[in-house]
Amino acid sequence: MNQVRSFLGGVADRFRALPRWAKIVFAVALTVFVYLLPIINPPFITTQDSDFGAVLFLCALYALVAIGLNIVIGYAGLLDLGYIGFFAIGAYTVGVLGSQHAKLPLLLCIPLAMVVTLISGVILGAPTLRVRGDYLAIVTLGFGEIVRLILVNADGLTNGSRGISSIPSPPSVELFSIPKLEWNGLVATLNLDNTSTAFKFSVTDSVPYYWLALTFVLIVLFLDWRMQNSRVGRAWEATREDEDAAELMGVPTFRFKLLAFATGAAIGGLSGALFATKQQFINPDNFTILYSVLFVAMVVVGGQGNRWGVIVAAALLTWAPEKFRFLADARFLLFGILLMVLAIFRPQGLIPPRRTVRAKHADEQAPDTIDAEGVARA
Amino acid sequence: MDFSLLFSHFPELTITGLAYGAIYALIALGYTLVYGVLRLINFAHSEVFMYGAFAAVWVLMALGGGKASGLGIAGYLLIAFLSAMTVSALIALLLERVAYRPLRKRNSPPLIALISAIGASFALSEAMGLRDKPFKWFGQENAFQDYVGRPREASPFPLKIDVVRLFSIGNYQVSNIDLIVLGAAIVMMIVLDQFVNRSRLGRGIRAVAQDPEAAALMGVNRDRVIRLTFVLGGAMAGAAAVMYLLKVGQVRYNSGFLLGVKAFTAAVLGGIGNLRGALLGGFILGVAENYGQAVFGGEWRDVVAFTLLVVILLFRPTGLLGESLGKARA
Repeated sequence: MNQVRSFLGGVADRFRALPRWAKIVFAVALTVFVYLLPIINPPFITTQDSDFGAVLFLCALYALVAIGLNIVIGYAGLLDLGYIGFFAIGAYTVGVLGSQHAKLPLLLCIPLAMVVTLISGVILGAPTLRVRGDYLAIVTLGFGEIVRLILVNADGLTNGSRGISSIPSPPSVELFSIPKLEWNGLVATLNLDNTSTAFKFSVTDSVPYYWLALTFVLIVLFLDWRMQNSRVGRAWEATREDEDAAELMGVPTFRFKLLAFATGAAIGGLSGALFATKQQFINPDNFTILYSVLFVAMVVVGGQGNRWGVIVAAALLTWAPEKFRFLADARFLLFGILLMVLAIFRPQGLIPPRRTVRAKHADEQAPDTIDAEGVARA
Repeated sequence: MDFSLLFSHFPELTITGLAYGAIYALIALGYTLVYGVLRLINFAHSEVFMYGAFAAVWVLMALGGGKASGLGIAGYLLIAFLSAMTVSALIALLLERVAYRPLRKRNSPPLIALISAIGASFALSEAMGLRDKPFKWFGQENAFQDYVGRPREASPFPLKIDVVRLFSIGNYQVSNIDLIVLGAAIVMMIVLDQFVNRSRLGRGIRAVAQDPEAAALMGVNRDRVIRLTFVLGGAMAGAAAVMYLLKVGQVRYNSGFLLGVKAFTAAVLGGIGNLRGALLGGFILGVAENYGQAVFGGEWRDVVAFTLLVVILLFRPTGLLGESLGKARA
């Protein structure tokens, strides 16, 4: 474990030491590679039993969810167990406005979904963020369940447990077709019959949806990076580490907690909207409380507060049950055990943020100089 | 919104509400005990309840409880209580050993403990939902079909008790099941209350809740007290499981979740960490839920409980009786 950690740390340090142009080249190459994943269809990674494009779409979608939840849990330190509620509200906003009660185009529905979830985040957060951390977890859990019960029971609005169908797709702009690679052992051939058309959104091909979701991931990732490196990000970190101290230093902690909660909610709503347009059919069973735990597992496994860690964890936890089908039935059992094991042996997650590692290091080097009250000894 | 049903069926709603409330209260005692001593929300307590319910169902199936009649029913009921309470207490002990003690030794922050508890809860519930798998791996699909077949479906309680209407309050005829549930719950609560308030071990629990370090200095074995609270909470959840089976008639692998959140609501309502508060909270929640159901319609029943939880946390996060196992001489 320690070797792996120092190896990963070494790779990260070496990457940071590269000149700026090399970093940009590397980032662009990585981005292109990730975009082309469903075309390259890499052996060992591709899934035999389920459509690889659809699996990749889910990976990107859950990466988006994980980035959003990471803002709430990782940056602001608020354990939100009802994230599926925001995901559901986003999906149902698209369903209700795009198909059930109006026929708005999808490109209008997605921003509306984000606005609606943002508002619902503020409505839930404004009263509840004043309560203690462990209570907040239970309140949000209750919220996630209330949302589902309302979806089932508010028949007139949501069509109840029958669900909403024929949710609109994004407008198709057909530009060019790309043939996919096919692998025979380690030899690749181009399969000209199996193509993906760039930006033709259809039921049969999930790849354009993957590209769409990935684009949203990159946009949100950029905003997330700018936000964390700003005054807002520092305020979140201060609030998470010591709320009272932050308040004394003049950080309006409640307002920043609410901001984190609402931002996270809006990203959850965006992911829900993407989910709805890809599935074209949603019903309340898509939004059970199990998924909230799955989302929390992604953030905790990846390392709370590290955006790259949670993305990797989200992709891994989505991909593994699809790749190894025998895991699929037992996946929630395994996630439960995983959460327990990590909480006990590695609470900071597999890839903790650098600052956590540094702080821990400093603690280990100078444990005796600070006593229990945090006052330096003479 | 229709208040006529509420007024016309007021006695019935109150009495069945109290019966459900008794179940919530017994489970809430487990949350409150553990919270009082460890300052930890034992999220997996709902699964402790669920395992107790399955234990009662299976033991009665194995002993042929379905054919019981007359006085035999009372005997089987006693067996059901004993087996459910034993299994629940053992599961609670296991939980403490596997999911919480390692964290306590490391002084983990409360959120990490909560994550571990959530993990344990889902692992336990999914393990029950996948109980046919190990038999399939070993090619024994047909072994123990009655017990492990269709693990995602509800398992019915084998003991059949005829509903007898004993006497009436207002326009509601009180049934024997209501009386059994309420009577058993009240006996349990009195026993627990007296145990915590009067016995030597109970004094240890109160001491650790009040000040763990001072208690340790006075010679209280903290680990033993913690184990004891888990056992007591587990036994109460086991008793609640049998009452739940009497009232509802079946149990599923995920029955614990909803009931757990409601029981937690009850504990918070009364003031978490306060035993008598948990009882009060349980009864109030059960009755409020029934009234809410009458006013808003049955499908909104669960929403009432969750909304109540949010409202209490907003306006009185310490609960009705205040939260403290030690100070309130609970």
